[in-house]
Amino acid sequence: MIRVEAVSKKFGKLQVLQKVDLTCNSGECIALIGPNGCGKTTLIKSILNMVIPDSGRILVNGKDISGDFLYRSDIGYMPQIGRYPENMNVGQVIETIQTLRGADKSVDTDLYEAYKMQQLLGKRMNTLSGGTRQKVSAVLAFMFNPGILILDEPTAGLDPLAAEILKEKIMAEMQRKKLVMITSHLLSELEDIVSEVVFMQDGSVAFHKSNAALKADTGKDSIAKAISHILREQAS
Amino acid sequence: MKKIIRFVLTDILRNRIVIAYAVLMAVLSWTVFNMEDTGSKGVLTLLNIVLLVVPLVSVLFSTIYIYNSAEFIELLLSQPVKRPQIWLSLFGGLSISFIIAFAVAVGLPLFLFADFHQAVILFATGCLLSAIFVALAFLAAIMSRDKAKGVGVSILLWLYFALLFDGLVLFLMFQFADYPIEKPMVLLSATSPLDLARILNLMQIDASAMMGYTGAIFKNYFGSGWGVVLSFGLLLAWALVPFWISLRIFKRKDL
Repeated sequence: MIRVEAVSKKFGKLQVLQKVDLTCNSGECIALIGPNGCGKTTLIKSILNMVIPDSGRILVNGKDISGDFLYRSDIGYMPQIGRYPENMNVGQVIETIQTLRGADKSVDTDLYEAYKMQQLLGKRMNTLSGGTRQKVSAVLAFMFNPGILILDEPTAGLDPLAAEILKEKIMAEMQRKKLVMITSHLLSELEDIVSEVVFMQDGSVAFHKSNAALKADTGKDSIAKAISHILREQAS
Repeated sequence: MKKIIRFVLTDILRNRIVIAYAVLMAVLSWTVFNMEDTGSKGVLTLLNIVLLVVPLVSVLFSTIYIYNSAEFIELLLSQPVKRPQIWLSLFGGLSISFIIAFAVAVGLPLFLFADFHQAVILFATGCLLSAIFVALAFLAAIMSRDKAKGVGVSILLWLYFALLFDGLVLFLMFQFADYPIEKPMVLLSATSPLDLARILNLMQIDASAMMGYTGAIFKNYFGSGWGVVLSFGLLLAWALVPFWISLRIFKRKDL
C-alpha cells in the first residue's frame, strides 16, 4: 500500500509536484497518466526516495519512508530508461542485485526464463539494445517477489512479443494481490490490465477514478477515448 | 556495504589506468633509488614525484569514476540500501584501491632502499594524500551535475594545491619579508595538504638545515613527536572533512 500525503517538490523555480495526494491499495493496478512533464516520474522517484520531497510525506505499507531504506525491499522498480554500469555484464548486474536483496530469498524466474536471459548473461551492458535493457530491468523488477511493482513506461522499446509476455506477467501478479503502478503513454496497451486511472496535470492529481467509473462518466468505451474526451472538454 | 566495496574494488583494480599508474610509480621509484647514491636523496626525489603525481591521478580518476558510476548509484538507490552506504562504499573502494596501488608501487622499493624512519613517513603521507584527493574528487563531483564542470573543478583543485598555493606563499613571503612571519607561515602551510606533506617529509631528511630561520621554526613545530602527530591529524582531517561535506550533500540530493 502506498499513501502520498500533500507532497510538493520544486526543481529550482519549477514546481514539479504540488500537494499531491494519492492512495494506492494492494490488488489494484494503477495507471499513472498525464502529459509530458506533469510530474509522473518525479512522483515515482519520490516514492523510491530518489527524489526527496520539499514537504509532505509518503507512507509505504503504513510506514513513513523518510530515513527508511528497508521498505524498498518490497518494491520492484522498472525505470523508464534502464541505466546500468556499462562495464558490467548482465550476469553481474543480476548477481549484484541478488546479493543486495539477500541471496537466500526465493526468486521468481518467470520472466528470466520467458526472456531467455540465460543466453545474455555474458553480454556487457553497453552492447545491449534499448529493448534488451528493458527486458533486464523487467526481470530485475519482478525477480524478488515484491508486494509493490512500479513500472515507468514498461512497454516502451519492447517488441510486441516481449510486451505481451510482460502484460501477462503483470496480470498474473495482480491475481496475487499485488499493487502495480504503471505510467505509460500507450493507453491502448493498458486497457485490459488497469483497474484505476490517476490523471496528473501540472504537478497535481487532476482525478483518480476506477477504470469503470471513468468510462461511465465520459460515456466512452476505452481509456484512451475517455482521456482525450476530458482533455478536449478542458480545452473548450 | 562490504559487498558494494568489494565490487568497486575489483572494478577499479582491473582498470587499465590504475594499473598504468601503479606501473609508472613503480618504475619511477625503482629508478630513483638505483640512480641516487644515498637513500635520503632518493627519498627527496621520490617525495617530489609523489607530491605531483599521486594527487593528480587520484583526483582526476576519482572524479571521472564518480560521474561514470551515476548509473550504478541509481541502480543501487532503487534497492534496499542506505543512501550514505552507497557513497561510503564508493569512497572506500576508490581510496583503498589507490592506497593499494601506491603501497605496491612505491612502498616496496621505499622500504627496501630508504632509511626506515623516512620510509614510514613518506609511505604514510602518500597513502593519506591518495585518500585526501579522492575525498576532494567527491566534493568536486557532487557540486555539479555536469561532468565537464566537475572534472574542470578537480583539475583546478590540483593546480591550486600543487602549483598556485606555493606561488601564493612565496608572494606573501616577499610582501611581508620585513615582518616576523615565521609563525604565520606554519599556520599557512596547514591550509594545504601538499605543503603539510612536504614539510613533514623534509623534516625527516634534515633538509631543513638549508632553509634558514624558517626551517628552524618549522623544525621546532613539525620535527617534534607532537608536531608529527598533529600534522598527520591535520592530513586526516583533509581527507575526512571534504568527504563528510560531500556525504551531507549526497544524502539530500535528487537523482
